[in-house]
Amino acid sequence: MKHVKILGTGCRNCQTTLKLVEEVARAQGVEIELEKVDQVQDIMQYRLMATPGVVIDEEVVHAGGVPDRKKIERWFAPSA
Amino acid sequence: MNPTVTTESQRLALRLVGLPIAAALWVLAYSHLTELADLAIGLFGLTRATHLGEALHFFLYDTPKVLLLLTGIVFLMGVIQTFFAPERTRALLAGRRLGVGNAMAAGLGIVTPFCSCSAVPLFIGFVSAGVPLGITFSFLIAAPMINEVALALLLGLFGWKVALLYLGLGLAVAIVAGLIIGQLRMERHLEDWVRAIHAGETAAPSGDDLTWPERLHAGLRHVREIVGRVWPYVLIGIGLGALIHGYVPEDFMAAFMGRDVWWAVPAAVVLGVPMYTNAAGIIPIVEALIGKGAALGTTLAFMMSVIALSAPEILILRKVLKWPLIATFVAVVATGILLVGYVFNLVL
Repeated sequence: MKHVKILGTGCRNCQTTLKLVEEVARAQGVEIELEKVDQVQDIMQYRLMATPGVVIDEEVVHAGGVPDRKKIERWFAPSA
Repeated sequence: MNPTVTTESQRLALRLVGLPIAAALWVLAYSHLTELADLAIGLFGLTRATHLGEALHFFLYDTPKVLLLLTGIVFLMGVIQTFFAPERTRALLAGRRLGVGNAMAAGLGIVTPFCSCSAVPLFIGFVSAGVPLGITFSFLIAAPMINEVALALLLGLFGWKVALLYLGLGLAVAIVAGLIIGQLRMERHLEDWVRAIHAGETAAPSGDDLTWPERLHAGLRHVREIVGRVWPYVLIGIGLGALIHGYVPEDFMAAFMGRDVWWAVPAAVVLGVPMYTNAAGIIPIVEALIGKGAALGTTLAFMMSVIALSAPEILILRKVLKWPLIATFVAVVATGILLVGYVFNLVL
């Protein structure tokens, strides 16, 4: 199971990202634990410069804008 | 070879062929706007001599014009923005001296992509990387103040001189405001936890190296996102503008928004701050108001204060700045906008 955090103060881009990640993970049958991080202090611990950001298993994989669907699919692709 | 990769590159190739065709169609449509509008009201059996005909002509001429310019400019901005990831901008600004740094920051503020809710992470990222506070503010002020949608609308409705003046004065306000905030040495008015983060090195994943097809694709996505969101406002705005244009008597607005009304500019700024409106919805109405005697500087000052000094943005900034710094920020920017308003009223 992957632990996914969506970093963002709650603007529309952040909500879109959250929904998209949820959707793709479900479509690919990957079980994830989704968490929303919306406090600025907590977000800044990941040292990114633009939100929304995506953190998978404590690693920042994306920052600044809604990620491409294809990019998300790669995160959840079974590592061959 | 992976089949999905092939179809993807095919799709990209298709886009590359489609782009010049789209550009040619764009130019063709843009150069025949009056004829198209004339033709269209002719179909309704109307002429421009009637109120209804004139209003409808205004609508049918302005709508495609503004939408075409909007699409064009937003596309270009989307492509340009792929070159300026926030990390890159920060690297360009770190260690810059005042003056040159402020000018660069204001310019980069226009082309660096970030949504308004990223203001705080960006702010912290900049300050923690050693970008001076004044330069950071030049960046943060220019970004919302010079709005690409507003630029497209001004260009479409008032011509390139007005658009250029908007761009130039917006940059000037951002640069000067940043210089003043830098001079005041207000670093101590940052929230404590922000200063504590200072030493840290910010290392977010930087933008992947993009190919040209990917950059063009980003431009298209930008168009879909922004034009897709604002077009209803544009239509409503132009519709209202058309009604005012056709039916409100000449010089109706001059009495309280004319250039001779000295208090109109400050009133417009004060009125603008608590509002949070889309630039796209306001400017077409503004055009019609100006046709009826309202002064351009007054209306522009209103628009800028709505965009650059919105209450929600101030509340977001409160998370990193203490009140004295926020008050200074608002005061300096408001003064700048006032000046812009008066300058426009004076020159035009």
